[in-house]
Amino acid sequence: MSFVIPKNLEAELDELATHYPVKRSASLMFLHALQEHFGFISNDAAEWTAGKLGLQPIHVYELITFYPMFRQEPIGRTQVKVCRTLSCALAGAAGIREHFCRKLGLDPHAHVPQTTPDGRFTVEFVECLAACGSAPVVLVNESLHECVGKGQADEILARGK
Amino acid sequence: MDSNHDKQIQSLLCYRYTIGQCGTGEKIERKSIESSIAMPQELKLILKHADEPGYGPDIGCYLKHGGYETLKKALKAPGRELPDGKKLSAQEAFRGDVRTSGLRGRGGAGFSAGLKWSFVDRSSGKPIYLICNADESEPGTFKDRQILHKDPHQLIEGMVLSCWANDVKLAYIYIRGEFPEGARLLNRALAEAREKEFLGKNILGTGYDLEIWVHRGAGAYICGEETGLIESLEGKRAYPRIKPPYFPAVLGLYLCPTIVNNVETLCHVKHIAAMGPAEFARLGTPNNTGTRIVSLSGDVQHPGYFEVEVGKVTIGELIFHENFGRGLKPGRQLKAVIPGGSSSKVLKAGEVFSLKRKGADGQMIPVDVPMLDLPYDFDSLQSAGTMSGSGAVIVMDDSRSMVDALANLAEFYAHESCGQCTPCREGALWMAKGLHRLTHGGGRKEDAAYLTHIAQNIQGRTICAFGEAAAWPVLSFVEKFWEEFQARGEADAAARTEAGSGANSNLKPYSYA
Amino acid sequence: MPAIATAAPATSVPPPVETVTVKVNGRTVVVPKTMPDWQGKPQLTTMLQAARLGGVEIPHYCYHDKLPVVGNCRMCLVEFGTPVMNSATRKPVLNEDGTPKIARSVLPYEPGTPRGAITCATPISPGMEIYADSPATKQMREAVLEFLLINHPLDCPICDQAGECKLQEYSVQHGQATSEFVETKVHKPKAVDLGPRIMLDDERCILCTRCIRFTKDIAGDDALGIVNRGSYNSVAAYPGRKFDNNYSLNTVDICPVGALTSKDFRFKMRVWFLKETRSLCTSCGTGCNIVIGSREDTIHRFEPRDNAAVNSSWMCDSGRLNYKWIGRPDRLRDVGVRGERSTWSAALRELHAALAQAPMGSVAIIAGARQTTEELYLLKRLAERFGAATDSVPRTGAADGFLVAADRNCNTQGARLTGIWSGTMGAQIPRIAEGIRTGKVRTLLVFGEDVTRYGIGEELLASLETLVVSDILPSATTRAAHYLLPGCAAAEKRGTFVNVKGRLQKFLKAVEAPGDARPEWEFLSDLVEGGVSRKVPATLEGVFNQMVREIPAFSGLEWARIGDTGAAVPL
Ligand SMILES: Cc1cc2nc3c(=O)[nH]c(=O)nc-3n(C[C@H](O)[C@H](O)[C@H](O)COP(=O)(O)O)c2cc1C
Ligand code: SF4
Ligand code: SF4
Ligand code: SF4
Ligand code: FES
Ligand code: FES
Repeated sequence: MSFVIPKNLEAELDELATHYPVKRSASLMFLHALQEHFGFISNDAAEWTAGKLGLQPIHVYELITFYPMFRQEPIGRTQVKVCRTLSCALAGAAGIREHFCRKLGLDPHAHVPQTTPDGRFTVEFVECLAACGSAPVVLVNESLHECVGKGQADEILARGK
Repeated sequence: MDSNHDKQIQSLLCYRYTIGQCGTGEKIERKSIESSIAMPQELKLILKHADEPGYGPDIGCYLKHGGYETLKKALKAPGRELPDGKKLSAQEAFRGDVRTSGLRGRGGAGFSAGLKWSFVDRSSGKPIYLICNADESEPGTFKDRQILHKDPHQLIEGMVLSCWANDVKLAYIYIRGEFPEGARLLNRALAEAREKEFLGKNILGTGYDLEIWVHRGAGAYICGEETGLIESLEGKRAYPRIKPPYFPAVLGLYLCPTIVNNVETLCHVKHIAAMGPAEFARLGTPNNTGTRIVSLSGDVQHPGYFEVEVGKVTIGELIFHENFGRGLKPGRQLKAVIPGGSSSKVLKAGEVFSLKRKGADGQMIPVDVPMLDLPYDFDSLQSAGTMSGSGAVIVMDDSRSMVDALANLAEFYAHESCGQCTPCREGALWMAKGLHRLTHGGGRKEDAAYLTHIAQNIQGRTICAFGEAAAWPVLSFVEKFWEEFQARGEADAAARTEAGSGANSNLKPYSYA
Repeated sequence: MPAIATAAPATSVPPPVETVTVKVNGRTVVVPKTMPDWQGKPQLTTMLQAARLGGVEIPHYCYHDKLPVVGNCRMCLVEFGTPVMNSATRKPVLNEDGTPKIARSVLPYEPGTPRGAITCATPISPGMEIYADSPATKQMREAVLEFLLINHPLDCPICDQAGECKLQEYSVQHGQATSEFVETKVHKPKAVDLGPRIMLDDERCILCTRCIRFTKDIAGDDALGIVNRGSYNSVAAYPGRKFDNNYSLNTVDICPVGALTSKDFRFKMRVWFLKETRSLCTSCGTGCNIVIGSREDTIHRFEPRDNAAVNSSWMCDSGRLNYKWIGRPDRLRDVGVRGERSTWSAALRELHAALAQAPMGSVAIIAGARQTTEELYLLKRLAERFGAATDSVPRTGAADGFLVAADRNCNTQGARLTGIWSGTMGAQIPRIAEGIRTGKVRTLLVFGEDVTRYGIGEELLASLETLVVSDILPSATTRAAHYLLPGCAAAEKRGTFVNVKGRLQKFLKAVEAPGDARPEWEFLSDLVEGGVSRKVPATLEGVFNQMVREIPAFSGLEWARIGDTGAAVPL
């Protein structure tokens, strides 16, 4: 399968690159847009980005492996990011993550991101999401869920595509 | 109202003496205390409208509430003549105002904003950049989120003013990747501002051009550190730069002079312009002027964000007062407070600090101040050996294990170290592994000293202040709760001896993959 | 007080205009205010440089003279002091004894704890005191070493770098005997095939980024980077991309530990068995300075040797690996006379006699521009005796804009300055061929070239009365020789080359030549002595010193006074 960037996405990226006096600066924004479109950053996407921004592929690879939000593999359609850090931990975040895992048949003790075999959900721990006042919090794709109890967790799972 | 008021007084009084005994139970309406005198309460400058019903992030709403009026006025302001006859341009005058306002950075270090601006190399001939630090990633902090999501135009107005004052033509808002909604709102707000000529070419017909773009991070705490942020904005791994020579004010973004300020700091710039520096400086306390938004979380009844005058509220009030935390969970005692984001040194319930205070004769005299009576400001917390950092207060009650809490934080720092310099790269994970062992049955009695040894070899030896951020929680937790760490290790050791094995074989090795 | 001027190559430090006085371990040192940075641009002198000028080497990993400063290893942290200034008068505050009062560096938030500065990046200031051996400094060093070692595999017994590993060396010098580390180590990829010539062991890597900076900033090929984060950081090339630029092996040299290894050298030899000889690369006209590592007359590696005027600290991979032919089994080892094995004395006696009868104008000489200047000089003397036409064979390729020169002969300029060729190199060869064809040229001397590939075919050679050939490896020309005189590779003899920029550099002998092979200058001296009336000195020094008296470009030079980095000669 060859790697195709839709014209409108490329136009959007070209516009983004104009925001910076140095093209390389647009790297993160490119990767965000590509990940949004493809679901993850394939090597093709990384190489395309490098070519577009006049970089070596290793430059892009350095970023993908440094910034945790970027994925090199496809992940679940519903991404459940449970905050792990102190305020959320005090409010029971570990239990919430375990709850997600058990409900989805994932290993409740594994620390790493896990995706359900049907590709619907990915559950992972992330660090402080800057919503500690309403701990525990869970970022589901792009929407933040606050003061999440088991009931709300179940709702998230029910809504997940 | 009376009974509520009594409860108020009671809680105010009792927390100072019988820690954790009050603040339990029923909720008290906030309105009920507004009338009481000398009652610590919020003073909303930045968050004045944010939570009003119907207030939205669109420009119409902002304009309705007087938005951009300050900018219009400032851009048309004439220069100023000093008593000695020296003429200042309007920009120079405003930079002076920010300095005299006493505004200190709200991002973490509490550095004078005006002084930082004065370091900018204006003679290099290179463009000057301004970056708004909206990375908000210090654990416990959730104040910038409120501004970004609820009142983005306030930030933009503050930024345009700051850029104008510093001859900045191109500025960025570096927003953490986990705020996708915030980024969208900002982009919309910037487009609205452009349309209304508050941004872009020839702003409000003054000939001043400025562009602001949103740049998204992607899940790395170290992007909050200003030089790491700059590297990240340059499209690289967020490796903080060595100082010297890379002071951002001289060699920042693209090796040009660069100002990095926090979201809240830049909003304050707008208020300084609106109310004048003297009026701003009347808020708060000397050298700790203005208001700041405190993020309160952890074991309190009523966590949340509270905008208060700096130094006018104590830590105790933040935790126990009905206007703020409303005390601990029923039956709980206070154990520890992290006062300025997870990187600040922990405060232990019952600690007493000797602070210098101005006596009646104007002389500075040492005064014993219990921890809960520490005014929540930059200087007092520094005198108490910690910092107010990002303004994030995390409260822990007596149900909490300090060992577990520290293990949680150590894991954060191990995960977030950029790995550039040796002590932090190796030490942060080492501490996390040690604490993981200690919290998973593999403790040793020497672990308290072991952890201190590692942390001491990190602080002061690293490229950036992340080294301190990672070391300080360990140093302070272990020092202040030494017995607890000691006991945990000894218990494990004893259990092992009993089981007849020196090593804990079923302990899973600690790792992130 | 130490002499400043000798501390760095005199060519790269302009005479100091302004100096700064600091103290290094209690000794006063006056150093230039600025010194060249990695690109040679003047920058404020750093604490590390100042200490070096004061005779104190501060241990360091990430810092390298020729690379941009990154300050990431923290090995060079040192406690320091600065004069206390009176804030009103801006004058130093004095102690009771009149000495300036010094404030030791402390942590701003913990005034009881010493603070270190990274000496590789911190500029000195007047009156600064550098405590390179204080207890606090030693503690900082120990701590950095401990950090570096906790996740290090400690497989020194099987590590190639053992013996020249800075981690090993510093641990012995500056480390503590034990580490407190009781956790499980981080595991990383062990045998990463980075490229055709390089293996990487990520567990041994201390992430100093020297290799990354080298390939980006020096070789101009941004091929390496760091992937992952924090303690899991690892050096890598992009998946599927080879780290294969023609300078890749320099990263092996500068890697302070055994993380990067040369496939060529890997596991071959413990470095402490190697004899080191200063020599030159002969693979192009740049003349990179090298060190030959050999043991028992076998060459095991070439490594670059610093020369700011030629190759800085680097060399190309193709030059570096171009040594194996020296040990080839088919090397010419025997003196031959008309296809029969002979001895030097017999062959030279006969050759004398043959040459003595050669009429003026009947001799031609083709001398490779890879012979030493001394040999070319001697050949020229022979040529003058017979009025012989002389020439060399041009050998060119693409210049790479960095070190590799278009001229692939290592002594083109030496051949020109000695008069072997002029005008256009190789222009005489067709004329010599024609001379042979017409019978005018009856005697041909060929040194280090296979002329059958350059227009003097085997049938022409066969028509000669006398064909004298000296070479190292067999060729069609050596097979046709009446007199076959086995010569030496540069590694097997001494001599000089003049590089494309006119730098005359000498090289020394690393290994013995095989069999009866002899340095060409030796038997050329014999030949010249037999054929020319003047005495040729019996030593190479003597030949050289005689040569410089006769060749104006070399005037004033003297063998003994040519340093390790050579001397510029006008071209
Ligand atoms: C490890 C680390 C993380 C930081 N994170 C943030 C952050 O998330 N947001 C922020 O505004 N400042 C952060 N800072 C502080 C910034 O480096 C910088 O001082 C600040 O943005 C300056 O703005 P201010 O002067 O307005 O406070 C961090 C500092 C360190 C050392
Ligand atoms: S202290 Fe930590 S975060 Fe800062 S540069 Fe060093 S490794 Fe990176
Ligand atoms: S491989 Fe060697 S040179 Fe490269 S970063 Fe690692 S230790 Fe440094
Ligand atoms: S550049 Fe030329 S002289 Fe230098 S190592 Fe390569 S081939 Fe040898
Ligand atoms: S700790 Fe979970 S949002 Fe901050
Ligand atoms: S040598 Fe690595 S920090 Fe100075």
